[in-house]
Amino acid sequence: MRGISGLSRLPDGLWDAREELPYFTELVGLKVYDLRGRRIGRVADAALVPLMDPSRVDRYLVGGGWAWLTVRYDQIRSIDLDGIHLQDERLTPYHEDEYMLRIGRDLLDQQIVDVDGRKVVRVNDVTFQIRQEEGCAVLRVLEVDVGLRSILRRLFQGVLPRRWIRRLQSPIAPNSIRWEHCNIIEPDPLRRLRLNISYSMLEKLHPADLADIVEELGPEERESIIASIDSEVAAEALSEVDPKMQASILEALEAAKAAEIVEEMAPDEAADALAELEEETSEEILEEMDAEPKAEVRELLEFAEDQAGSLMNTEYVAVHEDGTVRDAIEALQGNEDLLETLSAVLLVDSGGAYKGMVPLGRLFIAPPGAPLRSLVSGPLISVKATEHRERVFEIFDKYNLLNLPVVDEEGRLCGVITADDIISVLRQG
Amino acid sequence: MLKRIRRQIAIFFTVIGPGFMTAMVDNEAGGIFTYSQAGAKYGYLPLWTLAPIALLLVITQEMNARMGAVTGKGLSDLIREEFGLRVTFLVMTLLVLTNFTNVMANFAGVAGSLELFSVPRWVSVPIAAALVWVLVVKGTYHSVEKIFLGACVFYASYVVSAVLIKPDWQQAVSSSVQPVLMLDPDYITLLIGMVGTSIAPWMQFYLQAAVVEKGISEREYAESRIEVIVGCVTMVVIAFFIIVACAGAIWAHGPRDIEDAAQAAQALKPFGEYAFLLFAAGLFNASMFAASILPLSTAYSVCEGLGFEAGVNKSFREAPIFYWLYTLLIVLGAGVILIPGFPLVRMILLVQVLNGVLLPLVLIFMVLLVNKKELMGRWVNTRFQNAVAWLAVVILIGLTLALVGISLRDMMR
Repeated sequence: MRGISGLSRLPDGLWDAREELPYFTELVGLKVYDLRGRRIGRVADAALVPLMDPSRVDRYLVGGGWAWLTVRYDQIRSIDLDGIHLQDERLTPYHEDEYMLRIGRDLLDQQIVDVDGRKVVRVNDVTFQIRQEEGCAVLRVLEVDVGLRSILRRLFQGVLPRRWIRRLQSPIAPNSIRWEHCNIIEPDPLRRLRLNISYSMLEKLHPADLADIVEELGPEERESIIASIDSEVAAEALSEVDPKMQASILEALEAAKAAEIVEEMAPDEAADALAELEEETSEEILEEMDAEPKAEVRELLEFAEDQAGSLMNTEYVAVHEDGTVRDAIEALQGNEDLLETLSAVLLVDSGGAYKGMVPLGRLFIAPPGAPLRSLVSGPLISVKATEHRERVFEIFDKYNLLNLPVVDEEGRLCGVITADDIISVLRQG
Repeated sequence: MLKRIRRQIAIFFTVIGPGFMTAMVDNEAGGIFTYSQAGAKYGYLPLWTLAPIALLLVITQEMNARMGAVTGKGLSDLIREEFGLRVTFLVMTLLVLTNFTNVMANFAGVAGSLELFSVPRWVSVPIAAALVWVLVVKGTYHSVEKIFLGACVFYASYVVSAVLIKPDWQQAVSSSVQPVLMLDPDYITLLIGMVGTSIAPWMQFYLQAAVVEKGISEREYAESRIEVIVGCVTMVVIAFFIIVACAGAIWAHGPRDIEDAAQAAQALKPFGEYAFLLFAAGLFNASMFAASILPLSTAYSVCEGLGFEAGVNKSFREAPIFYWLYTLLIVLGAGVILIPGFPLVRMILLVQVLNGVLLPLVLIFMVLLVNKKELMGRWVNTRFQNAVAWLAVVILIGLTLALVGISLRDMMR
């Protein structure tokens, strides 16, 4: 092992020998010396003030005698693994401050989200980096440690000498997450503001990954995430969550917020989610919704759970059967938000009766003036909205469908069931 | 009104599972042996302990169900968050050790029950271990839960076999409500053993995790509590029939000690092939049940408390420690049963000692946790609940420590 003392005095020392980075477990208990080299006390905890700087250790809480003292970062001349030397002795007694994120109290042993690894992890330890900034020695949080190696450190912290612990841990591969990729979850909105915690990193995750993360957290944390992220993202993530959990999340949200999210969901999924709720709550949410999505969802809620109507989506693109490819393209241009999952255009007559389906691929290669009727694929297959869903599964399987139009008693088109709806229903089995 | 009742019943069925499963696993091989021994040696006398046991069970389990429903976190998670890593590590180490010996005792139960049907243990134990492993690793959680809930029905076999023996029901009922204490050290040891085997540390972890896994929330808590109580009562009822069966079949013809639960089944033979078959089948079912649940529950608790990835829906590469722990518990637990001359009785005494160290810790943590306002909000213990909980904890700790003393004495012999 290389010598450690003195390294921090390197000019502008960015020093990256991984083995020698101090850990929080080593920082705790470090002796603090005043200007004349007298020992004041030992480090008890360290705190960030994220509103000022997201990664700099802003204060050190030093236990000396009866009370704790606060040492500010700019009062420190040097930090190394043998102790902290001050350059300014005007210390204040510690007092609780809501803008502080205390590493030992608020971070260690808690769950955070690893945005890069897309999972929930539990913090065992924190790795710092020592830097010289404006004449003082500053600790910056570099990584959060999880896994066996950091558990070992925690277990032996203060029991074995530091060097022994380092030697013991060296054969185990480190498992850590860069601080920039860590997202702390704080249910209290006021505290979230004071600690400058945002969930914007979570919004960039794939909705399915976000759903997995949400499912792993406790109810308070999960509600706080869904309530504070963008409604569209929340809707997508919520659609992927287990139906029972969907219900308990929606129930916990304020009706207006819940309505905002439900509006963003596909109508069939929105109806499924609302069907899980108590009537009173779902009614409250529906009341808050805009007229158009509300009508669609209400219509779907009428169907029993085992009927084709409850599986169908009421968002689709339909064109008159006498139209041309150009008409179809125009219709698609008006519905950009549906394109991601759409695979066919449906044909109807003037009375709204279902007349056939044109796969999107065919529209590409046909001349713009070609009549749509000439592009219709396969026989005319559809189900009644009141059909039992077992029958729907059979039809999907038998004809290898991606879409199945749903019609009412008079044969008028009222929705489409897509293969992904079928997959999620079958998986819940 | 009717609608509300119907809704209540509907919710009850959605929350069914955790309480029942815990109670059923509680009647595992070790439990069956203790109850059989009680009935064989003292007849109907020890039956009165069952009601207080049920009460203690309900008091402790209710707190776990409440914590699970309100916080959405397992007991090991909460211990970790509130008491830190060292404490968690200590508790988890003890939990792995006790559960390992429990797993072992249950593979011994599998071996013993199948030997009654002349299946040698070197055939039955490896097959059982492989089955248990595959069931969880290759099955989905829902299918596993369904299989286990189905297996609960087989506990009825004890009821039937007790009826077939035609015991003295009148005496059974009167003994159930009439406490009898004797200054016979063996009798007192047995009573303490009955409490010790009924209230084990793993249950607290398992039940809370199951409540969380099931997604039971505050609003369903009322129904979940009923389920927990029903589970506890069912468990005690089954224990009642085991004791009665052994009292009728063995004690009535000459009180004696039995060495294992399989011997109790053997003693039922003169009362007809069915009584014997059902008792043996019940033992096999219970042992398999516990041998499946305990390793899984241990692996979950440990990984969650220490922050390793866990879950049967994760791959081996994603959650290596979870799968290693799970596999080792099964392989070693089943493996030692096959070692000739393995000191099994001594190991089972060791379980009692380890349980005795772990249970007080877990119970104290539980009462502390359930009183934390920032965790439980309006669901913290009321003053009355606290009085009852602390009383139960003190009684349990006293009994457990007594059991530790007795087990240590027996181990020295």
